[in-house]
Amino acid sequence: MIAEEFILKHGPALLVAIPLFAAFATPFISRLNEKVRNAWVLLALLLNIYVLFIVGRNVYHHGIQLYVYGASNPGLALPSGYVIPVRIIFELDALSVFMAAITMLLSFIGALYSISFLKEHDGLDKYYTLLLLMTASMLGMELTGDMFNLFVFLEILSIASCALVAFRSERGESAEAAFKYMMMSSLGAMFVLFSIGVLYGQYDALNMAVLSKRIEYNLLDKIALALLVAAFGMKAGGAPMHMATPDAYGEAPASISIMLVGGSQASLYALFRVVFTIYGGMLDVTSVGWIIIALAIISILIGVSMALLQTDFKRLIGYSAIAEIGYMMLGVGVALAVLNDGATYGTKALEGGIFHILNDALDIGLLFLVAGAVYYTTGKRSLNAVGGLARNMKYTAFFFIIGMAAVSGLPPMNGFASKLLIYESVYQLNPVLSIIGIMASILMLAVFAKVFQSAFLGPTLPEHKDVGEVPAPMLLGMALITLLIIFIGLFPRFVLEHFVSPAAQALLNRMAYLGAVGGA
Amino acid sequence: MFTLETGSGLWNPLAWLIAAIVLFIIAYWIRTFGEKGYKKGTDQEKIFFAGNEAPAVEAQHVRAANLYWGFKEGIGRWFEMLRDMHTGLATDYVLWFILTLAVILIIISLGKGVVQ
Repeated sequence: MIAEEFILKHGPALLVAIPLFAAFATPFISRLNEKVRNAWVLLALLLNIYVLFIVGRNVYHHGIQLYVYGASNPGLALPSGYVIPVRIIFELDALSVFMAAITMLLSFIGALYSISFLKEHDGLDKYYTLLLLMTASMLGMELTGDMFNLFVFLEILSIASCALVAFRSERGESAEAAFKYMMMSSLGAMFVLFSIGVLYGQYDALNMAVLSKRIEYNLLDKIALALLVAAFGMKAGGAPMHMATPDAYGEAPASISIMLVGGSQASLYALFRVVFTIYGGMLDVTSVGWIIIALAIISILIGVSMALLQTDFKRLIGYSAIAEIGYMMLGVGVALAVLNDGATYGTKALEGGIFHILNDALDIGLLFLVAGAVYYTTGKRSLNAVGGLARNMKYTAFFFIIGMAAVSGLPPMNGFASKLLIYESVYQLNPVLSIIGIMASILMLAVFAKVFQSAFLGPTLPEHKDVGEVPAPMLLGMALITLLIIFIGLFPRFVLEHFVSPAAQALLNRMAYLGAVGGA
Repeated sequence: MFTLETGSGLWNPLAWLIAAIVLFIIAYWIRTFGEKGYKKGTDQEKIFFAGNEAPAVEAQHVRAANLYWGFKEGIGRWFEMLRDMHTGLATDYVLWFILTLAVILIIISLGKGVVQ
């Protein structure tokens, strides 16, 4: 009871502090025993899930929760005499909690899967440290209400991600992918920092809510907005700025690829926070909405077309992930474009886009884990070098079928529900956008049908006759995601009503976000 | 509980599942009309390969690179353009980013914003 009260009061800080502490303690605990280290990492993540559950339940029931660092009362943003908040503030609304839940799910499954997947590798103390740092940084990005703090967490995410992309140091391609990812991430982060400087120089504030109240939408603000949209759009994997993303997804270990999906989504969250919350009151919503729609359509077309050309399993999924990011941007872009028109389909489009964030994390995440399982058993990355695996890897083949159906938007999987919401609402703005989305989904099915035919069907190849199923922790990771996919597919209304709609409303209800902090 | 309202339509996974199960049962029932008996150990068990001798089992597998060949040839120019775009050069990655940023900057700069 006391623990629950403590968590309720300090939960937002604990959500970042627990993985941070666990990360820095991991190298020391690794010296004891590898099993103790694995248990330590999983327990830290489970504890964080528990904290998120307590905090999230409170946010969903009672609204926005503030956490002011260093204040005598964590909920007090403006002590007497203060005009604006000067301390770092975490501001948790339903959208932040929704995103944090996805991050924790991906992190836990990534860590669970890693136990067997990377068992034979050395350097795992550093691996788990960086994995936990990634978790902390993504959570920080999703919970913070401070622009500079957002930049710091973005940088931590980039550094930890790049090191993990290069984890397979025996492959030169991994180092190359990490270098490109680091270069693009640094460039994006530099632009984010520059735009924060522009805003701070004008308005003497870094708090998002205060900035939102003060922004005048002058030329400097517009420049800052363009830099933020491009930088976060690029980090999210939006085409045509996506090129480093499939490189990184393809070269990172599978357990890290699903974390990178979470990283892309955290950047997407930052983009939505900038356009809806910080600039929402002054924004030329039509122009910016259509910019996001254009990026979405380019991402969908390029992502799915490039995926069709690939023969490297993980790179193929990487390009599919680009297309999936496009669907999320499409829903949210349409919602933004009609924000001031009062069109009800705008809200549905936003719900579809946010719902698809969850579904994409599960579907693409599952497919990455399947690709990792194929690599684990055969040692092959190329789809040209494998075949007939369904005969010896029945569970993995089943998980792949579920992932394929879900990512292609086949009923009754989860991807269908969110894509249907997007198609029907987007259609009302412009039918062509919907048609492109549907055609790309069909092509997505063709992409994964190719994978299924080449990797899982056909006769057992002589070189794979001794291949068996992957170890239990890897199967468990895939099974957990599969169960969630099926559950969401069968109960889309439950998920929409209890998790997605509150998140969408939190994004739309800008005044509540601003009012929670106060100040002028 | 099950019905998702999309604003202009409905989606009920339970109804879809029931329909799928009914269709499966009908398909299975039709399948039972098929020929049940065949002569084991004869040519009836062999793969029909347009009248020719079927290749060895491992040679029958169609590899990933060979799939959708016609489709990829049919819209080859689109794929060629995409390949040209993805050079793998880090400098080109930056170029695409800067180009996109420039377009975004121009569009946003021309917008007027909302008068409060």
